[in-house]
Amino acid sequence: MLYREAGQFKSTYAEDQQIFPLRQDRIAIAVLLAFAVFVLPLVGDQYWLSAIVTPFLIFSLAALGLNILTGYAGQLSLGTAAFMAVGAFMAYNAVLRVPGMPILGAFAIGGLCAAAVGVVFGLPSLRIKGFYLAVATLACQFFVLWAINRIGWLSNHSSSGVITAQSIRIFGYELASPAEKYLLTLGIVAVMALAAKNLMRSETGRAFMAVRDMDVAASVVGIPIMRTKLLAFAISSFYCGVAGALYAYTYLGTVEPEAFTLDLSFRVLFMIIIGGVGSILGAFLGAAFITVFPIFLNRSSEWLAALFGIDISHAAVSNIELIIFGGLIIFFLIVEPYGLARLWQIAKEKLRLWPFPH
Amino acid sequence: MDIAFFIEVLLGGLLAGVMYSLVALGFVLIYKASGVFNFAQGSMVFFAALTFVSLLERGWMLWLALAVTLAVMIVLGVAIERVVLRPLVNQPPITLFMATIGLTFVLEGLSQLIWGSQPHGLELGIPDVPMEWLSQKWNVNVSQFDLFAAFVAGLLVAALAVFFQKTRIGRALRAVADDHQAALAVGIPLQHIWSIVWAVAGFVALVAGLMWGVRNGVQYALTFVALKALPVLLIGGFESIPGAILGGLIIGATEKVAEVYLGPMVGGGIESWFAYVVALLFLLVRPEGLFGEKRIDRV
Repeated sequence: MLYREAGQFKSTYAEDQQIFPLRQDRIAIAVLLAFAVFVLPLVGDQYWLSAIVTPFLIFSLAALGLNILTGYAGQLSLGTAAFMAVGAFMAYNAVLRVPGMPILGAFAIGGLCAAAVGVVFGLPSLRIKGFYLAVATLACQFFVLWAINRIGWLSNHSSSGVITAQSIRIFGYELASPAEKYLLTLGIVAVMALAAKNLMRSETGRAFMAVRDMDVAASVVGIPIMRTKLLAFAISSFYCGVAGALYAYTYLGTVEPEAFTLDLSFRVLFMIIIGGVGSILGAFLGAAFITVFPIFLNRSSEWLAALFGIDISHAAVSNIELIIFGGLIIFFLIVEPYGLARLWQIAKEKLRLWPFPH
Repeated sequence: MDIAFFIEVLLGGLLAGVMYSLVALGFVLIYKASGVFNFAQGSMVFFAALTFVSLLERGWMLWLALAVTLAVMIVLGVAIERVVLRPLVNQPPITLFMATIGLTFVLEGLSQLIWGSQPHGLELGIPDVPMEWLSQKWNVNVSQFDLFAAFVAGLLVAALAVFFQKTRIGRALRAVADDHQAALAVGIPLQHIWSIVWAVAGFVALVAGLMWGVRNGVQYALTFVALKALPVLLIGGFESIPGAILGGLIIGATEKVAEVYLGPMVGGGIESWFAYVVALLFLLVRPEGLFGEKRIDRV
């Protein structure tokens, strides 16, 4: 009843093309953002902000990056964690070695370095595709971790490659509390999500989708395949790199190369499969699911222990988590290949007609 | 350069490559018959080895444990076909690939949930020691167990070859691999065939799991070893059993030689990625692998 476009007339192209054409959507997103900016830092305690919401935002950004590459441009990548590692370690080096480096500049440098690595390992995509490409990105994953472990310069010659992120200063003001770090993360993620959304609606994004759907046809209509694919790798890796830098600076603080194993790549891949391949919203939904679900599982095992005296060990819980994640992936691929984002879409369609569906 | 040492390194690499081939064989079988790139093969290896070793540790007899594990793997293969593959028929290969990634997690979680996650040692009665007469005569150290593994791999390939060439089911498998629709048209039940292929892949996984279990112990790291089978496939081609063997040999040998002669120059530990880079360079020259089917497929 409330959620429908009746009475909202579009009189210009700009209005017709806007991201949220429905007034209700605009209000909802504004309320959501206002809540995230003003209310959450006040009501959220330290645990919530630093252990749930901040990693959720960071993973959303990484999933967004992977979704640009896999969902929009159709190039499967298993090297997400490697790109994140490059971002984290290069941002660290940028702050460390360039005096007076602004932190946002360092994040950008981390992202750009990740983009460069992404382009190099994206080169095979010009010859191969599908799982051949997935294996090629695996090479990237192992090579980058090895390089970070072996090249002492990257981690400032610390033992076993551990880096401790420097304090975050913006115009001399130090962001130290979880709420401040959360706000910084939120700002970056919001801006980059908006940029991604717009990019995917532009000529570039449409070129990505054309290459994904049928590359021969895309090249026939004049889309430069090579440039498009490499651009997809570059943009995607940039997003992952910035996510990696945030992972080090606003979430973990101290990172070792082992934080960026293949497991992390899979996690991000699961986020986009569960959230929705080829959807910006899907990246957020998937990240929320994958971040919150293990916590929920841990809690529920505690409740089970408290209520019924069923004691489930930690190892068992993490194994059950693996099984459920894997099972969910298969379930979503079979039942709803476009993930939670598609479910949301269906819900919206239903809502438009509710309560008189005929 | 010391020739004896070089030969030792090369032989060690070749024999290690055979171990990779054992894992790669499972991939090839499934890819040939159903076009599915089964990422879960590594976790199947782990699952099989862990089941076997856990049964042994509970005091079961060797043959009984082997038979039961084999039965479990066959049931698993059939179950996978029924639950995962059948609903995903006609989906793009990349979807199936991602489904097998999900399957990997299910299998890893399941095996550790049932049997626990502590590492196990495995002993099959063949000691992993250098052969004495070789070391004395030519000063070349080659492990007895490596030779045994190579022998097993040879036996396995021979058995598979006979199975594919001479039996009715094997011929049906080859027909399905060639052309799904034509196979269906002459009355080959596709779904049975897939169950059988997954069961055979489970058997191969069991053999690979036993060999790797003796070498490194049965532990979670086995699943990473299995990833090494991927460059082997890239080099050998996804559809070829001889390719899997030859690719394994190439990867094993180059990896070992590079580690020994190139490794010290860059700080060692290059085994973790060198195989992939070799495979990538190879791909640039020959995208279909050594024996893969040549497809006209513009990228």
